Amino acid sequence: MAYRPTRLRTRQTYSWIGKPLDRKLHYQTCKEMSVKIEGRLPEIDLQVGQFVLIEGDDDENPYVAKLVELFEDDFEPYSKKRARVQWFIRFCEVPVCKQHLLGRKPDAQEIFWYDYPACNSNINAETIIGHVQVVALAPDEVIPMDLKNEKTFFVKLSWNEKKFKPLPPELFAQLDKLQESNPRCQKSMEAKTKSTESPSWTTAEHVVKRIESRHSTSKSRQTPSHPVTPRARKRLELSNLGFPRTHNTRISQQASWASLESPGRMKWKVAFSEITSPSKRSQPDGPQNSSAALKTPEKAGEIQQCWAKDDKKASPDGCMILRTRVPALKTTETSEERTFTPVRGGQKSLVVPSVILKPENIKKRETKEPVQDEATSTPRPRIRRKSSLLTLNRIRQQLRFLGNSKSDQEDEEFLPVAEISDSDSEEEEASTPPLPRRTPSSVSRNLRSSMKSSLQTPSKTPKKTPEPRTPRHATPRIRSRNLAAQEPANVLEEARLRLHVSAVPASLPCREQEFQDIYNFVESKLLDHTGGCMYISGVPGTGKTATVHEVIRCLQQASQANDVPPFQYIEVNGMKLTEPHQVYVQILQKLTGHRATAHHAAELLAKRFRTRGSSQETTVLLVDELDLLWTQKQDVMYNLFDWPTHKEARLVVLTIANTMDLPERIMMNRVSSRLGLTRMSFQPYTHSQLQQILVSRLKHLKAFEDDAIQLVARKVAALSGDARRCLDICRRATEICEFSCQKPDSPGLVTTAHLLEAVEEMFSSSYITAIKNSSVLEQSFLRAILAEFRRSGLEEATFQQVYTQHVALCRMEGLPYPTMSETMAVCSHLGSCRLLLVEPSRNDLLLRVRLNVSQDDVLYALKEE
Amino acid sequence: MSSRKSKSNNLIQAEYLSQVQRILRERFCHQSPHSNLFGVQVQYKHLIELLKRTAIHGESNSILIIGPRGSGKTMLINHALKELMEVEEVNENVLQVHLNGLLQINDKIALKEITRQLNLENVVGDKVFGSFAENLSFLLEALKKGDRTSSCPVIFILDEFDLFAHHKNQTLLYNLFDISQSAQTPVAVIGLTCRLYLKIFKEQLSLPAVFPGKIFAEKWNENVQSLSEDRNVRDVLQKHFNVSKSLRSLHTLLMLALNRVTPSHPFMTAADLMEANQLCSMDSKANIVHGLSVLEICLIIAMKHLNDIYEEEPFNFQMVYNEFQKFVQRKAHSVYNFEKPVVMKAFEHLQQLELIRPMERTSVTAQREYQLMKLLLDNTQIMNALQKYPNCPTDVRQWATSSLSWL
Repeated sequence: MAYRPTRLRTRQTYSWIGKPLDRKLHYQTCKEMSVKIEGRLPEIDLQVGQFVLIEGDDDENPYVAKLVELFEDDFEPYSKKRARVQWFIRFCEVPVCKQHLLGRKPDAQEIFWYDYPACNSNINAETIIGHVQVVALAPDEVIPMDLKNEKTFFVKLSWNEKKFKPLPPELFAQLDKLQESNPRCQKSMEAKTKSTESPSWTTAEHVVKRIESRHSTSKSRQTPSHPVTPRARKRLELSNLGFPRTHNTRISQQASWASLESPGRMKWKVAFSEITSPSKRSQPDGPQNSSAALKTPEKAGEIQQCWAKDDKKASPDGCMILRTRVPALKTTETSEERTFTPVRGGQKSLVVPSVILKPENIKKRETKEPVQDEATSTPRPRIRRKSSLLTLNRIRQQLRFLGNSKSDQEDEEFLPVAEISDSDSEEEEASTPPLPRRTPSSVSRNLRSSMKSSLQTPSKTPKKTPEPRTPRHATPRIRSRNLAAQEPANVLEEARLRLHVSAVPASLPCREQEFQDIYNFVESKLLDHTGGCMYISGVPGTGKTATVHEVIRCLQQASQANDVPPFQYIEVNGMKLTEPHQVYVQILQKLTGHRATAHHAAELLAKRFRTRGSSQETTVLLVDELDLLWTQKQDVMYNLFDWPTHKEARLVVLTIANTMDLPERIMMNRVSSRLGLTRMSFQPYTHSQLQQILVSRLKHLKAFEDDAIQLVARKVAALSGDARRCLDICRRATEICEFSCQKPDSPGLVTTAHLLEAVEEMFSSSYITAIKNSSVLEQSFLRAILAEFRRSGLEEATFQQVYTQHVALCRMEGLPYPTMSETMAVCSHLGSCRLLLVEPSRNDLLLRVRLNVSQDDVLYALKEE
Repeated sequence: MSSRKSKSNNLIQAEYLSQVQRILRERFCHQSPHSNLFGVQVQYKHLIELLKRTAIHGESNSILIIGPRGSGKTMLINHALKELMEVEEVNENVLQVHLNGLLQINDKIALKEITRQLNLENVVGDKVFGSFAENLSFLLEALKKGDRTSSCPVIFILDEFDLFAHHKNQTLLYNLFDISQSAQTPVAVIGLTCRLYLKIFKEQLSLPAVFPGKIFAEKWNENVQSLSEDRNVRDVLQKHFNVSKSLRSLHTLLMLALNRVTPSHPFMTAADLMEANQLCSMDSKANIVHGLSVLEICLIIAMKHLNDIYEEEPFNFQMVYNEFQKFVQRKAHSVYNFEKPVVMKAFEHLQQLELIRPMERTSVTAQREYQLMKLLLDNTQIMNALQKYPNCPTDVRQWATSSLSWL
């Protein structure tokens, strides 16, 4: 992609161009917007109807959308400039499991009309990066390949999360028309200055910035390399603190303080709750919406006039200030603010849609929002920096000083890591942690901090459906390779690739019965909306995890086909935890995206699974390597098995471990009884099963002799029945075959001889080779040990005793007399190879020596030569 | 005139000599990657093959190289990596992570080191690294993101592999091998451990020198050639090989011999090597005995007799003193009958030299005379030391051979 400014690197200023088209209460629409990027002229003008790029989680591939409407929404907490868009989706954003539905390879610049009404199309206008060209093509047209302009995309099909469809004809015509009347892209400087509003707005912004800098001196030194993000993040957090977050308690409180204030204010409040009751965002999206006017109640009109001055000052950035301050607005403060505000002439008498002054309005609106929204707000996990924690604590202390002890207690328990980026939608989730509650009085008195927090809050990610578009966060990844990986050149390499343990087979042979059992278990729980536990055991390499993964994959497909209710799948692995209690953290994070300490996460999870809100989908939890979760109190296991027993939980727990009798052996009765009786044990593969597995992996590939496959299957089955081992041996055999073959271009089949060699390598005792290859003195020392053992009849001897024997032996064999130091060196060398078990060498002569190998092995190894 | 010339010749030769010593010392001390591999060509080829497959095909592998200390494991892997990095398509693709069990003593440190070596902290930006758990999930997430064809293969080299196996739960190892067995970022995990033998080296016997002074270098190499054919040298090397097959101990031996080369003695001889070997195989404790006083020798002999009589049972100072008294009163003419405190002092000196060792911890309350001790010298050692002991009184020597000699 060409150079594209991102928010991290440049500052962008967004301003409307031209007068707002029509103004309704809290809501004004616009035709055009200009984006000014610092350090880069000319500005970019964005018009309704144009195609734009929108900042997403991937800097390389920003989202593509068509601007449907530009408007100013005062309800939006952090940014007033909003835009309504029609999304386009890139192929890479389509869920991987559905990409095959397209049935062909997508072209490089191909995008799809995103026809999915549940997707949130209301975004923050400040996430728009620039415009782009989109060309609609008929389904049979070929996408032109001479792409000089990278910023041109082609749309042929639409995608509605289920399947790809050709564009409806009217849509196609519309897009085609747009394309012809392609509006001017960029405007010269003088053209834009005619707008009356922008200068005043920018000054207002300056003022605001000044205020902010005054308050945040302590933090502005943070990370100069990222001037915007960290500060913005913190402000979000602070504003969360400052805000009352739950409205039901607030309404009662509100009455009390409302009575203290002027009657006009009271009236005003009433007016607003009426106005906002029709939820704006619940309306269907579309360009026609903008004309649907909201009626302004007369009552509100007069009040608004008297507040109008303040509203004017509510420049894009000012919106937040007002919101937080208003609950106990004092006259002194307002006047002070007014001095900063350049008054716009002529518009004063207009009934301007006023800024939202009261948080409860927001709450009301939110509750009407479709459920879809709540999922969009998966908060980005971030680690909070120390300095912000410090300030946070300071603010808390101040708040505590002001009373309100109850909420503070809650607050303290709440780990502040879970940052809330979309503060409005979050609290609808049943799982939301107890959020800090603040009485308005404390907020007002704590004005400085809350103001600081609320200024200039950029909301960065457009709100969308979670599946294709996730909010941006820095996901670590290994850098991608510069050169493409080579594809296998010959049969053996192909075979090796297929035999690698990591290769995912299309089907799991020989585990049909187990698959069916697990599938039935989980499916029945899903259908019944109940929960349950299952314990799966088996030795390593018998396909336990693979089978469960396969079951989940099938169930996910089924749920997409609406055969089973949708469910959420979470996987944790005991080995991948540093400590058993970390399992709570992992589950909570995968479930909700929050981060918390282990202790706190346990509480949150218990709350979630015991008291369940409405309309929750079932959770399927896979716990791999269960035995690692054992603790002294067994509280982790207890909880894991206890949650599903609650009716509201709807939790299905599948546990995997190696030992068959784990419940009886290490679990207390109360734990194992909760685990229940649903057990399944995976038997080691028999030789015919292993053979079948190998054959299925090597389908249509003639690389092995049939006898060879049977041989390895029998060898492995006799030892362990570990399929991994079996695959590894075959892989090694292909290497040996390739190595021994003279002609590199046409290697022969892998024969039994090659396989035998591989088996030999894998199963041969390395101790014997070690002894065979040790030096003469080391060998005679081992002989001396054997002689001493035979003499004393014990399996242990001191170094001194062995030394005497050793000297005698050397004399017999005509070796030079070994000095004590040399012999000591030999002994410690054998000890470091673990052929001997020796005490620390400071014991010197009294050091006790033992063999780590059986005496027969030593004798056998020494006799060979 | 001629004397001046010979003097300057001498100077030049001295310079050459110091250069020779420098070159050879470097070769002995550092594991120079230029030196040839002996006896491990097959393993080397196999290793290179595996690494190439990881780098080029993106296939995950795990390799465990085992061999005793000084058998060239690290050299092998260094060679292989060096050759691998010379291949251009590999060079741009591969990331390496070197860990050492002696440095990364627990998984937490190891994880941080991996993150650092993969340059992942750049991705995180200013994110402050938190707990162990966060580190682990962070790294696993990073490695999980990749797949076979698109992401850069990572070669993990775990030196002192066995120490990683001692970490709690073996979390790191499990996860590394788990990644190498699942469809994630391709990794090659190479473990080096000395716990078991691989194959063995043939002797390395060559002292070639590429050198500025041509005539001198030729002479030197001729000398080396003749040395390697010398019977004595072969004997010495065979003897050394019998003791230890480690390359490193051979280097020590050669280094000792090299240090004897001076301008007046410009070429290495067989005698040098023999002396060096003697130095290497010297019994250190016998050397200590040579430096003891006659009284202390007498005490050691007394202890030896006690060991003989009581069959290795521990003894205390009082017993030793009695034995010594018996000898002095009955037999000795040359040994002065020392006061008990003086004998005690000598006894304590022996303890400080760790020739005798208390059976249990010294407690303040216990009387030192009655503390149980054990002798850390073998009979043969004592006898050998006495043979070489300078000016040993004859009666002491007689007493040493038999405790009953006075009868």
